[in-house]
Amino acid sequence: MEAEQVSVAEAAGEVVELELPPRPEVVAVARLVVGALAAVDPLFDEERGADLRLAVSEACTNAIQAQLSARVGVDPRAPIVLRCSVGEGRILLSVQDHGGGFDPSGLEAHPEVTDPARLEHEGGLGIPLIRLLADELEFRPTPGGTTVVMGFGPRLAVDRVVS
Amino acid sequence: MDLRLDVSEQAGWSVLQVGGEIDVATAPRLREHLIKLVNDQRFAIVVDLEDVDFIDSTGLGVLIGARKRVRLHDGDVKLVCTEPRIVKVFEITGLDQVFQIHPSIDAAVAG
Repeated sequence: MEAEQVSVAEAAGEVVELELPPRPEVVAVARLVVGALAAVDPLFDEERGADLRLAVSEACTNAIQAQLSARVGVDPRAPIVLRCSVGEGRILLSVQDHGGGFDPSGLEAHPEVTDPARLEHEGGLGIPLIRLLADELEFRPTPGGTTVVMGFGPRLAVDRVVS
Repeated sequence: MDLRLDVSEQAGWSVLQVGGEIDVATAPRLREHLIKLVNDQRFAIVVDLEDVDFIDSTGLGVLIGARKRVRLHDGDVKLVCTEPRIVKVFEITGLDQVFQIHPSIDAAVAG
């Protein structure tokens, strides 16, 4: 998979920041917050809100898994930080982990989903899904880990297929 | 987060009705149920997603894993789903080309 590095501009409006313990149960909390935020902005319809909930679910799942992977030097109790901002017709979400860092260009390239070989892999769909759902995507190295920054406009016809 | 799981039999198929949200927190329970069906020699499985409010790639991975297991025994996993938001997740990942997605349990076991 080719590394996609779109530079995401900083948030325009106020930022809601939430520190979440790195437990699988909190992913539902992140979805609730993001869904509520999208619902407040009339530019974002229900379908686009569902895109945001899915993207944040994937990002938080990756963050928690990175942190619980018990790599040397990783503090498994460090919080996952979710930041959200709404403004100028755009929603910016970022998810920061302390999972020890991650290189998106090092992702294992999976075969096409309809290729029988692809179906040997249960994982690896999360980041391709985020790439489809978000208009902008950036992986930033941050102290002790990675921050995934995702920018969303009101609508996006998602009719492409994960490759 | 609660995940509701209910297994029944219909026309030779094991029907697993799922309700709630399927994510990293709840997917392990879904995986356990599917593995138990396979261990019980149930290789014809319908997973009814009509009452599922949310699914992400963790849930998709569990379904891919179940399909892989039953196909080793010439079985199949079919899905029931009409909710556009859930169907869309299968469509954008191309998994609608992999799984048969039916509008009802009756259609799934007949098809």
